[in-house]
Amino acid sequence: MLYQPIVSNYYDFKVVRDQERCIKCQGCVTQCSFDANFWDQDREKIDTIHNKCIGCHRCEALCPTDAISIQHNPSKFRENGYWTKREIRNIYLNAEMGAIGLTGMGNDMTSQPAYFDRILFDACQVTNPSIDPLREPMELTTYIGNRGRQVSLETKAGPLLKLSTPIIFGPMSYGSINLNVQKALAAASKAHGTFWSTGEGGLHRDLYPFGPNTIVQVASGRFGVHEEYLKTGAAIEIKIGQGAKPGIGGHLPGEKVLEDVSKTRMIPLGSDAISPAPHHDIYSIEDLRQLIYALKEATRYEKPVGVKVSAVHNIAAIASGIARAGADIIVVDGYRGGTGATPTIVRDHTGIPIELAIAVVDERLRQEGIRENVGLIAAGGIRSAADALKAIGLGADAVYVSTAALISVGCTLCQQCHTGRCAWGITTNDPYLAKRQNPDIATEQVSNMLRAWEIEMKEVLGSMGLNAIESLRGNKERLRAVGMNEKEMATLGLKLAGEGM
Amino acid sequence: MKVIKATNLHYKELNQKIYDLIAGGEKHIKVENTYGHRYIGDGLRGTEDVLIEVYGTAGNDLAAFMNGLSIRVYGNAQDGIGNTMNSGKVYVHGDAGDVLFYGMRSGEVYIKGDVGYRVGIHMKEYMDLIPKAVIGGCAGDFFGEYMAGGYLILLGLNAGKNKPVVGDYIATGMHGGKIYIRGKFDSSCLGKETKPFDLDEEDKKIITPLITNFCKEFGYDIKEIMNEKFTKLIPVSKRPYGRHYVPGWHTLTDRKTIMPGSLELNGYPKVRNVRER
Repeated sequence: MLYQPIVSNYYDFKVVRDQERCIKCQGCVTQCSFDANFWDQDREKIDTIHNKCIGCHRCEALCPTDAISIQHNPSKFRENGYWTKREIRNIYLNAEMGAIGLTGMGNDMTSQPAYFDRILFDACQVTNPSIDPLREPMELTTYIGNRGRQVSLETKAGPLLKLSTPIIFGPMSYGSINLNVQKALAAASKAHGTFWSTGEGGLHRDLYPFGPNTIVQVASGRFGVHEEYLKTGAAIEIKIGQGAKPGIGGHLPGEKVLEDVSKTRMIPLGSDAISPAPHHDIYSIEDLRQLIYALKEATRYEKPVGVKVSAVHNIAAIASGIARAGADIIVVDGYRGGTGATPTIVRDHTGIPIELAIAVVDERLRQEGIRENVGLIAAGGIRSAADALKAIGLGADAVYVSTAALISVGCTLCQQCHTGRCAWGITTNDPYLAKRQNPDIATEQVSNMLRAWEIEMKEVLGSMGLNAIESLRGNKERLRAVGMNEKEMATLGLKLAGEGM
Repeated sequence: MKVIKATNLHYKELNQKIYDLIAGGEKHIKVENTYGHRYIGDGLRGTEDVLIEVYGTAGNDLAAFMNGLSIRVYGNAQDGIGNTMNSGKVYVHGDAGDVLFYGMRSGEVYIKGDVGYRVGIHMKEYMDLIPKAVIGGCAGDFFGEYMAGGYLILLGLNAGKNKPVVGDYIATGMHGGKIYIRGKFDSSCLGKETKPFDLDEEDKKIITPLITNFCKEFGYDIKEIMNEKFTKLIPVSKRPYGRHYVPGWHTLTDRKTIMPGSLELNGYPKVRNVRER
């Protein structure tokens, strides 16, 4: 019996084509990697299967005559205040496949709060003059690592990462994104004196020259991890969890394990790259310490070793344990963080906001007197220089930025990373699609974004009367809350807007 | 040959000494009085003719991230031998602990006695890099868990009535590589991602040289060992979790037909895409 999956009747987008303007160049047909646009031989015109459109706007952006407009499908699910489109469609999907629905990018739920948007900066007026960053020196340099609890002339600091700007490109593995994009991140990091992280997919041979600007990751799958890889990076990061999918392991589907990916990850062609959810050698803080020191021994104590964890309910105690296990860096990844592939249910319903996590971790580490023994990095949902500054004000030393970096090279957040069909050539290793990213142009765009963020940060710091990013770190007096309840403000350590010093 | 007495040395000092000696071109190092010093051979790079001999008990993460050397332990070893080891050879003249060979990529490890839980977890192979391990005694639960490549041979030479060759949940999540177990074991202990087979000629070519090395090192008679029946375990699928996930509703927009009367392995009716317009 012929039938059509119910879900295909409720699509989101319509590709509306102005046939007057269309010159039938078929550019949109070749650009669409989801096979929505097609050339109809009999009618001699281009048409669209609307339910295949995922709204990435690639065809619209590249149409030479501006004939295409991607519009919302006016036909909607029957409205229901409780049963939202998200829920209904998910049931259709479950019913069709009997499997877990996957998705990409970060949590996009509007019903969960974005605390960053409810935090405001203080600015200087009259009695505490502001600083003009255009004419006065403004320090963004940040040192990450074990800076020592009490500093004297004899203090020998541990290995530290020196960042010219407190922004690091977060871990995105080779496999989840392609080499062209990784090259851009690496080159931009080098140009700006900061770092990029490999993710757990190993380091491609072409990127070894960028070693001094690279954070190499070791995760439960140990993909591409070997002695030379560890020694090449500037720092090593143990990945325990990812903000978008706390408690879930990585899973690169076999069809994405193409030749170069297989070479870099050092696994056979076409086999699933499974990162088990837990590290089976880590069941305690002592076990974590064992791995941290195994890595330190392997690199002769020359490189800082970090641990990346998802922001979860007990994050303060976990971070304290990590610091005591000997880590030099703690990365806390919030629930808005992006991902190459995760079950939708986990992405949308697991983890906690990074704003709360970073505030409680910083507070706990200070209380225990070990804050200066670790660098604290906030990750997961940093959308702008303002978010970065707010995270630093809440207690972080620096931030990881990943989604924003992808957006700077054209990502439109269509959330199809897991399909490997990215029409913008970012989260795909299909050579035909991947060459849509020119590494030189992409480097330029990523570098420009970083430069713009630096200027923005200096501008805001100046308006707050601060001349060093260090003075903002954990300085909650410079932030105020709006639209939060007392408990939220207490957890974040913030005063209500309007309250004085 | 250089001798290091490990008495009263912190593992950091001991490993620095070993590191300095190897950097200075020393080929044979003897470490005496080892009392669980961790990370011996960790991250060292060299060739197989560089030999570290350890007398006493080697501590956790022996030969972790090691690239190429040989290590002989005259005594027992603890957890995490060969963690993410890239290449080299390790011989343990005694028992070893849990989580051995985690993510090991190549090289050979021979253990005379018993091993603990989660041995051979996530071993992986790539092209001519194939990790190999031979264990003379018995193993605990989760043997070969998540195994993605390489050869894991369990001989069970000291197995008896109250001492099974291998524990429960054998090869759970296995998606590559080969496990060979000598002697009988309870098939209800097998993980659902693996299936047992008899050995063929190819398998014999794989295990014979490894078991020969084992016998040479520890003084066993190969004939006696090979007399007993071996079972081979290989994964059911390279993609054990392929059907657990669906890429999202956009991929489900094709029309389909249900094939009348036909059923899939899971008992569901067979469905076919009729996308071609």
